[in-house]
Formats: sequence, structure tokens, C-alpha cells
Amino acid sequence: MWIYEKKLEFPIDIRKSDAKMAKVIIEQYGGGDGELGAALRYLSQKFAAVTPEAKATLNDIGTEELAHLEMIGTMVHQLTRGLSDKEIKEAGLDPYYVAHGLGVYPCAANGTPFTAAFIQSKGDPVTDLYENLAAEQKARSTYEYLLDMTDDPDVIKPLAFLREREIVHFQRFGEALDNTRDHLAANHYFFMPQDMCRGK
Amino acid sequence: MNKDELLKELMQLDFMAVDLALYLNTHPDDTDGIEQYNKIIRAADVVREKYENMYGPLCSFRSMSGKDRFDWTDEPWPWQKEFN
Repeated sequence: MWIYEKKLEFPIDIRKSDAKMAKVIIEQYGGGDGELGAALRYLSQKFAAVTPEAKATLNDIGTEELAHLEMIGTMVHQLTRGLSDKEIKEAGLDPYYVAHGLGVYPCAANGTPFTAAFIQSKGDPVTDLYENLAAEQKARSTYEYLLDMTDDPDVIKPLAFLREREIVHFQRFGEALDNTRDHLAANHYFFMPQDMCRGK
Repeated sequence: MNKDELLKELMQLDFMAVDLALYLNTHPDDTDGIEQYNKIIRAADVVREKYENMYGPLCSFRSMSGKDRFDWTDEPWPWQKEFN
């Protein structure tokens, strides 16, 4: 089960509101390669993992993604603090504002609501880990694009931290994949014995 | 007390803490409730320490590991039938 700790994984103190930045950073809250999708993906896939190392990796990275979701929500919240109606309109945040006010809603930067259609949980431990390697790379790219969009060090620092975590997670999932392959034996790369998939 | 019994006791205490905390969120001035809550937290901490010393870590990123290997990864995990 889970418990909550009353702190962020990395400090966030954004002094200057920025409606345009909020509008794009929400991508990592509820977008296709965002933190909510990452958490749900790994925490759902863990049930199909076959080695203790892969189980721990999926469980613990999935848990860390929930902390990242909170960080992104915090950034959106702080970036939208005290915005005027004029600033909201000028940044193009008005469609979001009329639907959600300045609340934090899980959607992509283009307004698409979060959907589990973004993620996969395939019941095949090798397939799942490949999906995760791609997911971590896609999230890293998104963080790099977000970093291109700002000069504010208060925003850059947490974004750079989150980008770095994608790289670490990629590394750990790669190790979990090696470990899973070893467990299933080398000649089973693309062939999964049925009893393995069904946990017998 | 065996592993299952100790775990059941901890689950009961932790659930009492979860439930009482929800009540206290909306009744922060209920001093009787706070006293009961603190008593449960103290009791749960004792059982948790005992369980972890005997059977290994319960909490990701918080529990100490055994010296020789990282026993956090030890099977079974809570979702496996061997666990329950």
C-alpha cells in the first residue's frame, strides 16, 4: 500500500507567474508521455513482472512517478498564481481557464484530457519493459522541449532534475530487461511460454 | 507471534491510523481523537520495527536493508498468492 510524505522530491519555488509556461508544462501532468501515464503504466505492469528485480523496479519507479506528478502539479500551480484575466487571455490559457479555472487538470498541452489509451500493459514482461524504455525517452524529449521554452532558473532547475530522472529510469529499465531475459533464457527473446505469461 | 499474525496486527493498526487521520482532517480540534491517534501510531511503530527486524523491509526508500544483499527485492510481493 502507499503512504504520503509531506514534501516534494525536489524543491520548487517559482517566483514569477508565467501563463504560457503553465500551458505547456501541463503536458507532463496529463499528456501522452506525462507523469500520470508513467505512474499508471508501471504500477499496472508490475503484476506481470517475472523477476524480483523487475517487480521492485516497476513498483519503485511507478512510485517515484507519482512524486513527479506532484512536482508538475506544483509547477503549474505556482506558474498560474495571481494571473490577471488579461494575462490568461494573452497567453492563450483562456480555453483551459473556462473549463478548469486555475485548478490543475490532467490534460495534454493541447487540452486533450488524460486517457489510459496513452499507455499499455501487455501482460508480457519483455514487451512491457520495451514500452517503458521508449516512454522514458519520449518523456526526456518532452522535458528538453519544455526547457527550450523558458529562461527562468526557478523553472529550469526542477525541469532539469526531472529530465535527469528519465535517463536514470531508462538505465534501470534496461537492466530490468536484461535481468528478465536472463530469467526467461536467451532463446526466448521473442517467444514467451504461455505458462510464464499466466504466472503458473 | 508468526509472520502472518504480526503482519495482520500491523495492518489493523495502520488501517486504524488511516481512518482516524481522515476523521481528524475534518475535526482537528478533537483532542480525544488525537490522543487515540497518537496511541495507535506509537503501537504501530513498535509492531513495524519488530516485523522489519524479523522479516525484512516494508517501506520503499525508507527501511534499512540487510547488510549482505538488498533484501527489498525479496519475494513474495504483496500481490502474489504466496504472500497472503
